[in-house]
Amino acid sequence: MSAVLQNLVNQPYKHGFVTEIESDVAPRGLNEDTIRLISAKKNEPAWLLEFRLKAYQQWLKMEEPKWPNVTYPKIDFQAISYYSAPKPKQKLSSMDEVDPELLRTFEKLGVPMHERAALAGVAVDVIFDSVSVATTYKQKLAEVGIIFCSISEAVQMHPDLVKQYLGAVVPVGDNYYAALNSAVFTDGTFCFLPKGVKCPMDLSTYFRINTEESGQFERTLIIAEEDASVSYLEGCTAPKFDTNQLHAAVVELVALDNADIKYSTVQNWYAGDENGLGGIYNFVTKRGLAKGVNSRVSWTQVETGSAITWKYPSCILQGDNSVGEFYSVAVTNNYQQADTGTKMVHLGKNTRSTIVSKGISAGHSNNSYRGLVRIAPTAAGARNYSQCDSMLIGDQCGANTFPYIQVRNHSAKVEHEASTSKIGEDQLFYFAQRGIGNEEAVSMIINGFCKDVFQQLPMEFAVEATKLLGFKLEGSVG
Amino acid sequence: MIYQDSKTLLEVRGLRATVNGIEILKGIDLTVRSGEVHAIMGTNGSGKSTFAKVLAGHNAYKVTGGSVTFEGNDLFGLEPEERARAGLFLAFQYPIEIPGVANSHFLRLAYNTVQAQRGRDELDPLEFEDFVREKMKLLEMNPDFLDRGVNEGFSGGEKKRNEILQMALLEPRLAILDETDSGLDIDALRIVTNGVNQLANKDNAIILVTHYQRLLNYIEPDYVHVMTAGRIIKTGGKALALDLEARGYDWVGVEQRDAAGA
Ligand SMILES: Nc1ncnc2c1ncn2[C@@H]1O[C@H](COP(=O)(O)OP(=O)(O)OP(=O)(O)O)[C@@H](O)[C@H]1O
Ligand SMILES: [Mg+2]
Repeated sequence: MSAVLQNLVNQPYKHGFVTEIESDVAPRGLNEDTIRLISAKKNEPAWLLEFRLKAYQQWLKMEEPKWPNVTYPKIDFQAISYYSAPKPKQKLSSMDEVDPELLRTFEKLGVPMHERAALAGVAVDVIFDSVSVATTYKQKLAEVGIIFCSISEAVQMHPDLVKQYLGAVVPVGDNYYAALNSAVFTDGTFCFLPKGVKCPMDLSTYFRINTEESGQFERTLIIAEEDASVSYLEGCTAPKFDTNQLHAAVVELVALDNADIKYSTVQNWYAGDENGLGGIYNFVTKRGLAKGVNSRVSWTQVETGSAITWKYPSCILQGDNSVGEFYSVAVTNNYQQADTGTKMVHLGKNTRSTIVSKGISAGHSNNSYRGLVRIAPTAAGARNYSQCDSMLIGDQCGANTFPYIQVRNHSAKVEHEASTSKIGEDQLFYFAQRGIGNEEAVSMIINGFCKDVFQQLPMEFAVEATKLLGFKLEGSVG
Repeated sequence: MIYQDSKTLLEVRGLRATVNGIEILKGIDLTVRSGEVHAIMGTNGSGKSTFAKVLAGHNAYKVTGGSVTFEGNDLFGLEPEERARAGLFLAFQYPIEIPGVANSHFLRLAYNTVQAQRGRDELDPLEFEDFVREKMKLLEMNPDFLDRGVNEGFSGGEKKRNEILQMALLEPRLAILDETDSGLDIDALRIVTNGVNQLANKDNAIILVTHYQRLLNYIEPDYVHVMTAGRIIKTGGKALALDLEARGYDWVGVEQRDAAGA
């Protein structure tokens, strides 16, 4: 690979700094006492403690999955601290009350929050470490009956809803990391849209992992009742550390009849340095249940960070005519490893799913797409279209595609397309011969490659995504 | 056309270059002044495209000897994109496809980059759309080509036309057209060469690389050079191309050897 390409893909991580906000950190280690401590700290009802303990018991009997195409040293789960909270602050009702240090952090991240909130009309539920620090626009949403708050708050204020839906899509024993999350999750987002309510604005959460070596176990639950719709944005970034940080989130979505949930993620966590040292381990379980007829669950993700990404946002298409979508860009560089994709499980009649996956690998990284399309015997007339494209930058990186297709109904139609391409020296030379420098050329090619996915992102998020790919691959995207 | 008060645009002296350690260019001398049209002809593999790519700065080629100045400046002191911005243009023999990047976006970025270099106004997408459509009319190109990926799925002739469209947009000081005529049908040849002629003026210069004398009926050269094995071994006027057409290349080499032996 030429020196030029080498430089382009090796831009240092720009969000590497630690904010000095005092944290209240639990002792390291995991046992039933840790779980009781978390539950007590959060003043939880007995049923939730039971939920956690049951998950813990299952987790003890499980083993880490070995099938993903990633390698990493064994994680010492006893060396992790499972709870960390900023020193208690009074509840905040507006952005002005937010800790100025926190605001400066967002400033450094290039996310002028109050501006975002005010100008773009985005409600931001800030998750700082594991506890919600601020919730904005809540009143406004409350006026139309939308509940948008931290999951801890939801446990206190709306226990029946949480109890009804928590674990309904991802059962406590679903997989190793989901079980761990169910046992120790500290906070996350809760969103409930009652019947017929179309959310008047995009909802957004910025996650940020702050305390060194504190595991992060977010739990997100979004429920859209009949005819409701919402677009939810999740953006993440983390400071630079040398030790690995484990992140095992669970996200559950439930869409009832005619409901529509669109979930978009831009992820830019610390990926480790150019030698593969440090970086976040990101083991995420995201699943949406399109429970009602004509319902829709749509995932869009732009994955640029983390040392290891293990993530398969999935759709269970249970309602007749329900729709599942997965649009993904995954970028890996240096020694990053990503094994990501989706599962589309067709149960209802005439269910439809679309998968568009764009993998970009540079440096010594390894980028795998893993996707399952399952058409159950009940899913007459089901249709799936999958398109998986890989782009290689340089010749030290790897790209793999692992499609699994199981069709148990004759009337179903499944289409799969795949391609692999490479940014070549001759393409860059062609740009240069027209006066366009390498950085801009790479950015144009990459953005062209990712167009189908970026189109799915809400406007301001698309800009952000383009910028993140810029950080990742060339430093300055216009 | 040869003008009295012309300026030297390109001065190549003893240029040598290798690719993968193999010497391809073995001492090229060439002087191009403003207003002139030069044709370079020569057998397959003689180094014509290599010469063009070395001038444009392709990094697969290593310059091992000689010098090149462009408008008096050391050409090799400039990065490829700087050479382009300085007004050196290469219409490729095999234009590469860049899937996913819209032609219109690419053309506008190239245009604005060069405009900025020249201290001129850049155009926003709407202004550029009008501007480029005018240029496309000159080449009788369908505006649909703006919405497609750069050269993506273009036919051979369409790619060549797209190259000349870029030349028309960028208004280079020196344009090297590497076999732009191959792959063009008869009408296209007329249209494209007509476009090139309209762009030629007393301040710029053109180097045509071609295998066919026919092209030179459309674009009249002031000089015709014959390249063999990495050297220009003969230079003449337009009539030389007719001789080559009639007699092939062998006699040129023989004549040269005789001259050298005498
Ligand atoms: N990357 C490369 N590796 C090895 N040899 C090369 C490489 N690039 C060019 N060459 C060789 O250099 C010589 C000159 O090639 P070039 O393309 O300049 O010829 P040309 O005069 O343009 O020929 P044509 O008329 O067929 O277009 C050829 O023998 C070619 O095989
Ligand atoms: Mg050639």
